[in-house]
Amino acid sequence: MPELMYREALNQALAEEMERDANVFLIGEEVGRYNGAFKVSQGLLDRFGSARIIDAPISELGFAGMSAGAAMVGLRPVVEMMTWNFAILAMDQIVNNAAKLRHMSGGQLRCPIVFRGPGGAGGRLSSQHSQALEANYAHFPGLKVIAPATPADAKGLLKSAIRDENPVIMFEGERLYAVKGEVPEGEHIVPIGKADVKREGTDVTLITWSRMYYFCMEAAEALAKEGISVEVLDLRTLRPLDEEAILASVRKTNRAVICEEGWALAGIGASVVDLIQSKAFDDLDAPVARVTGLDVNMSYAANLENATQPDAPKIIAAVKKVLYREGA
Amino acid sequence: MASAYSKEQLLTMYRKMYLLRRFEERAGQQYGLGKIAGFCHLYIGQEAVAVGANEAIRPDDYMLSAYRDHGQPLARGSDAGMVMAELFGRGTGYSKGKGGSMHIFDIEHNFYGGYGIVGGQIPLAAGMAFASRYRNEDRVTVCFFGDAAANQGAFHETLNMAAKWKLPVIYICENNRYGMGTAIARTSAVPEIHKRASAYGIRGEAVDGMDVLKMYEAVKDAAAYCRAGNGPVLLEANTYRFRGHSMADPANYRTKQEVEDERKNDPLPKLRAYIVAQKLAKDADFEAIEEAEKAVVDAAVKFADESPEPSLDELWRDTIVEPGEQDVRPRERVLGVKVTQWPSYPSGQELKVTWDLEPREQAEQADRKAGLIR
Repeated sequence: MPELMYREALNQALAEEMERDANVFLIGEEVGRYNGAFKVSQGLLDRFGSARIIDAPISELGFAGMSAGAAMVGLRPVVEMMTWNFAILAMDQIVNNAAKLRHMSGGQLRCPIVFRGPGGAGGRLSSQHSQALEANYAHFPGLKVIAPATPADAKGLLKSAIRDENPVIMFEGERLYAVKGEVPEGEHIVPIGKADVKREGTDVTLITWSRMYYFCMEAAEALAKEGISVEVLDLRTLRPLDEEAILASVRKTNRAVICEEGWALAGIGASVVDLIQSKAFDDLDAPVARVTGLDVNMSYAANLENATQPDAPKIIAAVKKVLYREGA
Repeated sequence: MASAYSKEQLLTMYRKMYLLRRFEERAGQQYGLGKIAGFCHLYIGQEAVAVGANEAIRPDDYMLSAYRDHGQPLARGSDAGMVMAELFGRGTGYSKGKGGSMHIFDIEHNFYGGYGIVGGQIPLAAGMAFASRYRNEDRVTVCFFGDAAANQGAFHETLNMAAKWKLPVIYICENNRYGMGTAIARTSAVPEIHKRASAYGIRGEAVDGMDVLKMYEAVKDAAAYCRAGNGPVLLEANTYRFRGHSMADPANYRTKQEVEDERKNDPLPKLRAYIVAQKLAKDADFEAIEEAEKAVVDAAVKFADESPEPSLDELWRDTIVEPGEQDVRPRERVLGVKVTQWPSYPSGQELKVTWDLEPREQAEQADRKAGLIR
């Protein structure tokens, strides 16, 4: 299987879906002649032309809403947000229109649209550019939210998102674009709503998604050397949550740690804890632990930036806590 | 001088304006009786805008509006009973009682909704117009919004894109002079909304929105202009709402004199006087029309009142499209009327996109001129 970077996997998914369906178009800042701020759309303008690879003005709300309007009458827009930080400007169109069109019309309308772009901390970009905003969108009925960690999942989930009849919010890891991995060629589909056991284990379940997946794997490898068997469950989809997969894994290991890049309060991990304690309480041998970003805005200074985010040592400590090893 | 309009055309406009007026009067009354709740923004006084615009475009053209949205779908031909049922929150409403007054949708008649966030529908309209160009269809999209929406970022962002990409969309600002209770001149640096068209290099015009024939002419002209590929048009329909912003608003911010003066411009008697002057109809003809439309509205209220509330299972429908799920065709579901013009879209395989949004050569020439490339 060929190895591709995360950004190349996304590029492949876009190109294949645009080839398959002329209703699909890509719009966003710098997606065309500049070939994408993060090079996800490299080469697509030459291949598909300016009506389908559209350089938008810096008007996030405007082009998000315009694309939702195009989706209302049957086109299938993919809207690239240069980062999800800027998409906050477009939130009204995403939330008040795209997510609600079907409901407000009593089932007359559908809005098949993908909003995608990088999320999470950048490299020393300070507070306005370093935010993991998944929880904001996962909050709204009418949206689906995906956040793949690996290049293969990125390709498969983007293809599913483009074919989905609903608005899909796709968080790509800003720092994952250059990550390499094996990606199946051609028709490779990862269904929305299915989590993936990326590493089997018996002692504790680490539940995560997007960039934190790599820290969890690093922690799992380190813990294996100490004789602790960690299962890593990559959620991949945050709305709807794959409840079955979460409960099945917790019932197997009886302990869980959730790792998310975003803030703790009203985070996605809070909902996962709620799910586990309400449906698998009797299977738990310890309270569920969470490792999250600190409850502060991101700093520029390297040491402060690092301290704000979860990392493998913090995850290892949390795992040991639920195992009643050190620091309990 | 002979009228430029046929008798049928003129009487249709009168009939529709009368329907809108009577429907809204009864809606206001039902609100008072507690049958309608939430926000209910009446269209009384502005009828000429929706009716004149609708008569000037084709049935397959798209239309959408803001939260003052009972008039436009009725002008398009939506079922008055189903609109009233939506206001009553009944399962027989167009949105099964899930949308209410601010969210009337009737896709069968190409009415793509009322929206509750000021200016939020303006980008959607550009997207629908974009889709028409993308598919080489000569449809236009007509988008209504209020004067206050012209101060929203959505308005400026969208007009910029619509102008740049020459989208076939007619923006009709229904300037009724108040954004809720605040006079537009108090909040707008340039209260003549049509002048803002010049900032985007597009066509902008003011129209007497109290005169249905002037509205009709302006929109007809604008539609031809858009269909010919000239890009968007911004029309400012100067109109007036005879009632408050919503049923909850006693409208104390304007004087009695002002309202009385504006009532002299009532678009209904104005059209009636014109038709009589043209000797195309007599008082008895108008009485017959009015009786018939009163009966339509009476029946609408009765239908809404007798309709059941939506079933509780409806809570779990229409949020997400489930695989294989069909879209709801309201009139077919409620009245058993066969729906003949439900939109169908070409599949991706059949669609050929020939439009060049930003011709490469032209763009490169511009870059060269600007000294960006050599």
